[in-house]
Amino acid sequence: MKTTLTVNGRPHTLDLDPRVTLLDALRDHLHLTGSKKGCDHGQCGACTVLVDGRRINACLSLAVAHDGDDITTVEGLSEDGKSPLQTAFVRNDGMQCGYCTPGQLCSATAVLREVEAGWPSHVSETLEGPATLTRDELAERMSGNICRCSCYPGINAAILEIAEESTDYAEAAE
Amino acid sequence: MTLDLKIDNPDPSHRPDDLAQGVLGTETDRPDGWAKVAGSATYAAEETVGDLLHGVLVRAPGIGAVTCPNLSDVRAMPGVRAVLRDDRLIRNAAQGMADEAPVQGADAADYVGQPIALVVAESFEQARHAAQVLDVVIQTKDAPTDPSAVDPEVPDDKQSAMGDLDAAMAEAAVTVDAIYTTPSMSSAAMEPHAATAQWDGDTLTLRGSLQMLKFNRNELADSIGLPPEKVRIMAPFVGGGFGSKLGISADCVAAALAAMELGQPVRVVQHRRNVFEVNTRRSETRQHIRLAADADGRLTGLGHDALVSNLPEERFSEPVVQGSHFAYAAANRKLGVQIARIHRPASGSVRAPGESVGVTAFELAMDELADKAGIDPVELRLRNIPEKDPESGKPFSSHRLKEALTQGAEAFGWSARTAAPRQRKEGEWWIGTGMAAAFRVNMVIEAEARISLRQDGAVVRSDMTDIGTGSYAIFGQIAGELLGLSPDRVSVELGDTDYPPGSGSGGSFGAASTGTAVWLAGMEIRRQLAERLGCDETELTLKDGLAIFSNRRVPLEELLCDGPIDGHGHVQPGDASEKVRQATFGAHFAEVAVNGVTGEVRVRRMLGSFAAGRILNPRTARSQCHGGMIWGIGMALTEELTHDRRDGHAVNRDLAGYHLPVNADVPPLDVLFVEERDDWAGPMQAKGIGELGICGAGAAILNAVYNASGARVRDLPATPDRVIATLPD
Repeated sequence: MKTTLTVNGRPHTLDLDPRVTLLDALRDHLHLTGSKKGCDHGQCGACTVLVDGRRINACLSLAVAHDGDDITTVEGLSEDGKSPLQTAFVRNDGMQCGYCTPGQLCSATAVLREVEAGWPSHVSETLEGPATLTRDELAERMSGNICRCSCYPGINAAILEIAEESTDYAEAAE
Repeated sequence: MTLDLKIDNPDPSHRPDDLAQGVLGTETDRPDGWAKVAGSATYAAEETVGDLLHGVLVRAPGIGAVTCPNLSDVRAMPGVRAVLRDDRLIRNAAQGMADEAPVQGADAADYVGQPIALVVAESFEQARHAAQVLDVVIQTKDAPTDPSAVDPEVPDDKQSAMGDLDAAMAEAAVTVDAIYTTPSMSSAAMEPHAATAQWDGDTLTLRGSLQMLKFNRNELADSIGLPPEKVRIMAPFVGGGFGSKLGISADCVAAALAAMELGQPVRVVQHRRNVFEVNTRRSETRQHIRLAADADGRLTGLGHDALVSNLPEERFSEPVVQGSHFAYAAANRKLGVQIARIHRPASGSVRAPGESVGVTAFELAMDELADKAGIDPVELRLRNIPEKDPESGKPFSSHRLKEALTQGAEAFGWSARTAAPRQRKEGEWWIGTGMAAAFRVNMVIEAEARISLRQDGAVVRSDMTDIGTGSYAIFGQIAGELLGLSPDRVSVELGDTDYPPGSGSGGSFGAASTGTAVWLAGMEIRRQLAERLGCDETELTLKDGLAIFSNRRVPLEELLCDGPIDGHGHVQPGDASEKVRQATFGAHFAEVAVNGVTGEVRVRRMLGSFAAGRILNPRTARSQCHGGMIWGIGMALTEELTHDRRDGHAVNRDLAGYHLPVNADVPPLDVLFVEERDDWAGPMQAKGIGELGICGAGAAILNAVYNASGARVRDLPATPDRVIATLPD
């Protein structure tokens, strides 16, 4: 089936077997192997990408269902791979083997937006915003991304560092 | 030129302290981190290869003789290029350092889940569909799968005894005599085992997800019938291993056979559900622990007898009592491991084989002893530190358990603890603290590395892998320190059997073993530079690209204008292990909340203090310790690979059923390193740190569960049902 995906700002028209998942389309057909296959079951989060700005597990979704969608993968998070969030992951040792890292980064990018938009989580005290990114909120919201090396301390430190910087920026702008 | 070192004696020179660059022992970024955050690090299944075919492994649904009645129908399916039913397929992953093929064959399955065919097709979707259509018929044979239902093997070399433990137990003022159990567990690395094989008619090139390439090359060559020099393996990035990628895996052998048969590159990626079956699990254990102590808590006797399991013909058995041989003094001792030969998936090394489960159970028993004797758990450990190896009488190379215990207790605030359980409650939650000691043997494995010093910097090469452990960072620091270069002027190239054979990653020996080879290679280059300058190597200062001696400063570029200088390093274990007992030590402290209504346990904070010689990079070392401690949370509370009682198959073989700790399960963690220089650990005085963090971590949590709630859980993991069942009324 002919499917057009806009990936990291570039449109690609692919002729795909309808069984191809969005994850395999990215990895095998577009050679964007940054998005990882850890379980192919939606259980680990390594394949997390942003579709029209929202995070999803790319392994649980068929590529043909995303015709016309705007997809961001880890390769599209920055031009040089050194965005503030990516840099914070390196500085805080938010990765060891690195296999879950692209999913963590895509998830974290979405988490920061979700909090900014006032979306509540399971541990939020109230369902009516604004949401604050406490440590517990972050841990809850990032729990769909498993890291077996167990870099959660570094991952959380990196994301909180960026959240604080953007809060500082927002406060300075006020 | 090669600089060789056999570690026979201590090296008191402490040369790293004399060097000038100041990068060894500092926190540096992982150089490989940038590719990992950019998504450009290529793992085993990710190299772009033309005309790639896709292979999917087919598993045996039972135990016994295997036939595939619709083989020819499947071979005719769209896109299918081959269905391999080759006798050279391997039964399960090779054991670590096997250096030869594991058990092979596809005509019979020894366990449920054994790969018995490989379907190869032009697309992954075609291969997956055809693999599902392939009919696998088992002529079921009667095979035991319950470790308690067979007469176990009792190997002589795994039993030891000193004095009279029974008498010590009878005479003791305080005793503990209890059974502890741990379930099968899985490494569950995030990258599923994967291989991309290419055959050019002469040489097989394989990109694999493997930990120990020099052994893996021989294992693969032996499996497929090629001489090792016709096999090249590359694994520059490995998405975690934790023991499960020590030996050659089924995907590698199957991909290689298919590539050779079809003359086209073939990729085989294990499905996550294969990963739980085809590679080695941590054996379940049943541990009988006996402790005899006088009224002051001094051990007069200790017994640690374990039952583990494995498939027939597997040489590995979980060395459960490895840590108990040297952990505590006691004159009367009995230790042993028995092996049940059963038909569950193969067992093998998983992070800290032996101590991870052995020390954990033993430290649960020690807590029971402290409670019965009315002695503080930290004080109990302090009173039982042996002055020398309690069995061989050898001195310890270095022993910092006392410092780990006291510094850890101080930093955790242990003195504020109430000894009696069930003293603090917040709503439904009982709050308490617990601790455990950590022990892990330390090993050196033969390793080689080469450094080429060029005008634009240095290049370090070894077939050593970085499975997340920090090899790239550490080797750059070692080379930079010796050669006077900042780490960004050192490039480290790993994971290719064309490079000198390193130790491989495993057993916490990677950084110290291959790191020492890198050290020796750098030292050899220093020797050559000194020779060119007409001075002694020890008089030479290398810093920021300058060679400095007797008030002369010469840029390295000038010394290298005739070409690069190469140094080759080669380290081997020597007589040191005959002369001293070498190990790493630590202490874990945990605070938990136990829900008195539901039995749920939440870890509120943890602290680990660790002594592992010189810490080469505190940042990467801390991350390894975090990893071990978090694995301890999993071991204590959630991780259990359940086997079906009928056929032994792994029931919960995916990440929804096998519960790894996730972000929300992990509280703030503190790690502190105890200052130590172990002169018997080679020229850097550094020991392994990758596994120490898991040894005993789960015990600290479960001892805290007892202190909080009075629930003494002896069967891991302490799931809510088990906590509720052991809560006092």
